[in-house]
Amino acid sequence: MDIKAYIILSLVLFTIGIVGVLVRRNAIIIFMCVELMLNAVNLLLVAFSKMHAMSTAAKASANFASDAQIFVFFIMVVAAAEVSVGLAIIVMMYRNVHTVDVNFLNRLKN
Amino acid sequence: MNAIILSAIWGVIMMFCGVFIKSKTTPKYIAIAGLISILSSSVFEYLNHKSFFKIQINDMLRFDNFNLAFIALILLCTLIYFLLNGAEIEKVGEHVGEYYALIFFILSGIAIAATFNTLLMLFIGIEIISIPLYILTGSDKRNLKSNEAALKYFLMGAFSTGIMLMGITFIYGGTPNATFYIDKIMLGTGQMPILISVGLLFIMVALSFKVSAAPFHFWTPDVYDGAPTVFTSFMSTIVKVAGFFAFIRLFEHAFGSMQDQWQKLITYITITTLLIGNITAVFQQSVKRMLAYSSIAQAGFMLLAVFALNDKAKEGMLLYTAAYSLATIGIFGVLTKMEDYTIDGFNGLAKAQPTMALTATIFLLSLTGVPLTAGFQSKFFMLMAAVENGHQFWIVIVAVLFAAISAYYYFRIIQAMYFKDANENTIITTTINKPFLYMLMLIALMIVIIGIYPEIIIGWMYR
Repeated sequence: MDIKAYIILSLVLFTIGIVGVLVRRNAIIIFMCVELMLNAVNLLLVAFSKMHAMSTAAKASANFASDAQIFVFFIMVVAAAEVSVGLAIIVMMYRNVHTVDVNFLNRLKN
Repeated sequence: MNAIILSAIWGVIMMFCGVFIKSKTTPKYIAIAGLISILSSSVFEYLNHKSFFKIQINDMLRFDNFNLAFIALILLCTLIYFLLNGAEIEKVGEHVGEYYALIFFILSGIAIAATFNTLLMLFIGIEIISIPLYILTGSDKRNLKSNEAALKYFLMGAFSTGIMLMGITFIYGGTPNATFYIDKIMLGTGQMPILISVGLLFIMVALSFKVSAAPFHFWTPDVYDGAPTVFTSFMSTIVKVAGFFAFIRLFEHAFGSMQDQWQKLITYITITTLLIGNITAVFQQSVKRMLAYSSIAQAGFMLLAVFALNDKAKEGMLLYTAAYSLATIGIFGVLTKMEDYTIDGFNGLAKAQPTMALTATIFLLSLTGVPLTAGFQSKFFMLMAAVENGHQFWIVIVAVLFAAISAYYYFRIIQAMYFKDANENTIITTTINKPFLYMLMLIALMIVIIGIYPEIIIGWMYR
């Protein structure tokens, strides 16, 4: 399949993520949108890895195609670490104000 | 390599200290002892170019004089930070050992972000810096402002991580060599492929987020204001400088040959950062918030190093690391002792605490860039780098003008300390002990010495 299809699909996912972060007001939903952005990146990385593996020019380097696939695992691990910290912060917030609405975050403005 | 591994190990040790040691003051001494050993081992590595650890790293990290000197300098600044703020960290909450552990993990991340040679290590380093910082920001658990700052910082940080990863992916897709190694991404000086230029733009945006350059600075004042003051001091100095170091390293090694294609963008970011940082700082009433905006303004000056990318810029970056970190750690150290964080809270401090007022004056003069202080030398080197670069000379004039504006808001504090009468708010309830004052004097002395002999720091680059 053409690489363009993968690029378009993951850009659409990425844009949904960005728009969600900017528009939604619920902290958990924003958080899910960030995860969506990361997964769009994962998809594109794997697609590019396959694209490079099929082209002949890249065969000069020793591990030319597996780099990106290993990168994907690192992204998953870091995303998991981020989830654990992020959910802890959201829970801490919920215990104090009993809401996860980010419109509540205006005490620091003045 | 020593700094990366030893500080990660020491982070784990500090976590166990939090479990097994009930005393609140002991973790400070263990942390200081650990930091001294890490500092001396990384100085050893800098002198001999030999690590204690033989690890197959596949050339993913690269160590040279410049970044080993930077790591040693960062560790020295952290040591001073610990010595000055040990008592304040104990006041933040119950889990003192854990705070130190998180700071050690951040140091490990800084060492990775300063030595990376692949985009993978850049990502890992930046994340190891960011994730513990989210926790430190929210460490004052009962305080709503701290909660809010942590949530805001976390959402913005995760968002910018996503953008940076998209940039890395585009660069990987665009490079014909199918590699993440930064020096193999682009060979030659031709027009960038479209995927690489989009990726460059994404990474530039994400790193600007991390170093709080305008127009991506909007989280900075809120987060710096809400976080406990000791940790604001840490993240606005050491962490921010490390972000700049990663920024410079990436753009020098990966995209240095195509500087003419992206230099305009950096110019715009620099000018906006200087403008927004300095102008908004003028209107602040809270000193903590003003220092947050001043850190944005100083980031504008550090961006000049990314703009110029020559040897002078690297020298300037080392000097800026020392000058900016020392002065800001010092002024935040004074701020933690104040009851009232507004500028009026500083009224008449010179009469009540002459030593504190005098050292604070030196810190503020250094931040302004008055001659005979380290701040002057660092700003001078940055401007000289921009002049030597040869393109867009007007950026230097703009930078000097904004440095003059910055004098207004720094001098307002000096004026409050020396020329205004004390009100009830000025009275400092916490007792100031002697070692704290000695540390302040030591920092002030270092600032003046670096201001007179900048070769002390610059010489580290050439050995």
